[in-house]
Amino acid sequence: MSLPASLSASLQSPLRRGLILFAAMFVIVVITGVMQGGASILLILTQATAFALIALGLNIQWGYGGLFNFAIMGFLMVGGASTVFLSYPINPDFWTSDGPLMLGRALLAFLFGLCLVLLARQSHRIGITGKLKTTLVVIAWFAGYILYRSQIDPAAAYIESTAGFVGGLGLHPVLGWAFGGLVSAIIAFYIGKVSLGLRTDYLAIATIGISEILRALIKNMDWLTRGTMTVSPMPWPTPLPQNLQAMGFSISESFIYARLGFLALAVLILVLAFIIVQRAYGGPWGRMMRAIRDNHIAAGSMGKDVTGRQLELFIFGSILMGIGGAMLATFTQIFDPSGYQPINHTFMLWVMVIVGGAGNNWGVVLGAFLIYIVWVISDPLAQLIFVNLSVLTDSLGWGAIPEIDSRALQMRVFVLGVVITIALRYAPRGLLPETVRREG
Amino acid sequence: MDELIFFINRVLISGTVLGSIYALGAIGITLIFGILRFAHFAHGDMMTMGAFVAFVLASALAAAGVVLPLPMGFVVLPVAMIITALLALGIDKGFYAPLRARGAKPVTLLIASIGVTLMMQGLLRLIFGSSTKSMYVAGESKDIFRIDMSWAGGTRPISITEPQVIMFVVTALIVVALHLFLTRSRLGKAMRAMADNAALAQVSGINTALVVRVTWVIAGSLACVAGTMLALDVALMPDLAFNIVLPIFAAAIVGGLGHAYGAIVGGFLIAFAETLAVFNWTAVLRPLNAILPEGMALPANLALVPTEYKLTVAFVILVVTLLVRPTGIFKGAST
Repeated sequence: MSLPASLSASLQSPLRRGLILFAAMFVIVVITGVMQGGASILLILTQATAFALIALGLNIQWGYGGLFNFAIMGFLMVGGASTVFLSYPINPDFWTSDGPLMLGRALLAFLFGLCLVLLARQSHRIGITGKLKTTLVVIAWFAGYILYRSQIDPAAAYIESTAGFVGGLGLHPVLGWAFGGLVSAIIAFYIGKVSLGLRTDYLAIATIGISEILRALIKNMDWLTRGTMTVSPMPWPTPLPQNLQAMGFSISESFIYARLGFLALAVLILVLAFIIVQRAYGGPWGRMMRAIRDNHIAAGSMGKDVTGRQLELFIFGSILMGIGGAMLATFTQIFDPSGYQPINHTFMLWVMVIVGGAGNNWGVVLGAFLIYIVWVISDPLAQLIFVNLSVLTDSLGWGAIPEIDSRALQMRVFVLGVVITIALRYAPRGLLPETVRREG
Repeated sequence: MDELIFFINRVLISGTVLGSIYALGAIGITLIFGILRFAHFAHGDMMTMGAFVAFVLASALAAAGVVLPLPMGFVVLPVAMIITALLALGIDKGFYAPLRARGAKPVTLLIASIGVTLMMQGLLRLIFGSSTKSMYVAGESKDIFRIDMSWAGGTRPISITEPQVIMFVVTALIVVALHLFLTRSRLGKAMRAMADNAALAQVSGINTALVVRVTWVIAGSLACVAGTMLALDVALMPDLAFNIVLPIFAAAIVGGLGHAYGAIVGGFLIAFAETLAVFNWTAVLRPLNAILPEGMALPANLALVPTEYKLTVAFVILVVTLLVRPTGIFKGAST
């Protein structure tokens, strides 16, 4: 047997295929590490780990359940904002001012508005039905909105002018990550309740709309998240480079060890999540989810609660997204709402899951690391190509290429598009396709 | 009277401009959905691409020293429409047709259209850089028509710019032409038949491949018009239409996906909803201050939604429509 033939034969077995691809990825990581230096590859790896966690979340939703979610960016922002609230140091200016009192009043107004709406929705009990009830509900919504706005607007203006923003609670960042997952779960519950009944492409558009609403809210609620003024520096759960320098490490070493510490924690969380997700996939629960994905009508007629289960998947996936988003925000030490873009934070995750292999957790983790590394290194590679081209065109008398930096940065968006179109055409099930084990 | 003029200037005119752009974009999305059954996410970038084609042509004309009384962007529009339509056909042939031939699900096509979005966005920025450009390449001035309203007791005129007038005319022409095409021509009827039931249309001898090509030609050329108009109205930049693709989807869904007239209605509906939501009602209701008792004066800003949330208005309408009436105002081909 010749070498290519034996290679292609060994690629047929899922286990060998996985081992070969992971080995190839390891080689890529080592090469990038040698080219870019230890601190830089650790930065890439830590972020890739967080993205792998998020991709696992998407895999639960899309791979296990066939649910479209384009609101990933929204959940990452929610996770980031939650960890800011919990782990950022306490802002004494806010707590000594009238801010908490005014916010409390706004909360009361919000609850009162909520009660109005809930009461209006129960109005059929006293005999108001049909169009009249709908009108009443709409009026209640409107009244509640006006009431809330009348309280929150002055409170927001007051806080922004006196204390800047609410600040945090100064708790441990890991608690902040958990809180990010929790808030994401709550938001996912409501999003799911509202939109999971929709068909796939409607669901895609609805979720992308919701994620834009979340972005607009977080970007503009300056009193809570400081909006475009950004929050930094965020505390780390592990020692910061500055702490290590104070302990006597050299600057370059301190960065390596600090990032190594953070990476270890991130990998630990990823492994934990991976074990849980993988176990769930193999168990009866995962089997039921696949049944619902492949034929929800049949599963429904077997007595499975299709919408309820899909809501479950949506929430579980979103928890991982919230935690991953919180980790990313903590790691970069800055929460900048305008830094979130659908391309970087929604579509890239989709490319990771599809290239890796939807439904296969190993494949998704592989895809996450691979795509993130491709994403990061296409910028310097494109820059290299452009600089050489520019020298060439200059020597030919056509003049140098202007704005090389900003243009080369766009190359990675193009590469991402090329990768996903090629994957869809030639390997629609991904690098490591889902393997369905059949008993008997 | 001044309040009414202010309302016309700020709401009616800018709402109509935005509505024209939304409507033209939404027609393309809704036709593609009706014929090919997938949500074409790359439509926003097709608009941007069309605008850049027009920009290149206009720059070439300006460099050749041509001086015309109209804005250059409108003069080159027919040629730009043809080029964009050809590009749209090429994109279909290169990326969507192979997937359709394999019998891929609409969801796969949707994801493929995101891949196309990313590629187009990357390419456009690679070629043109990410800076903002002006569509008025020859330095044409925007003529402003001021309609004097003193006969009705107004102190300020109704003002409207020349490009805005041309936009209204172009949109009206296109809508009428599309209406005639869909109702009178054989091909238009074939398109409607295929949107209703693709299998039945094929069995009854309709050339479905031709219909698909015509769909891309219409969608591509309308995207070019919409993109150029948007660039003329605001400014030309590579991420011009990416922000606008969602309101356009909202318009297409509100009107009923697959329904061309619905898309037009939806476009204007979304545009006016956005404009009215951020409109400061105090400006219009100020005369009421004379009637209202002391201490009840209207606040200085009475907008329903703060300006920074303008884009979210479209999404809220979208989500509410999807919940309350998923088929849209007109029953679309959504099943």
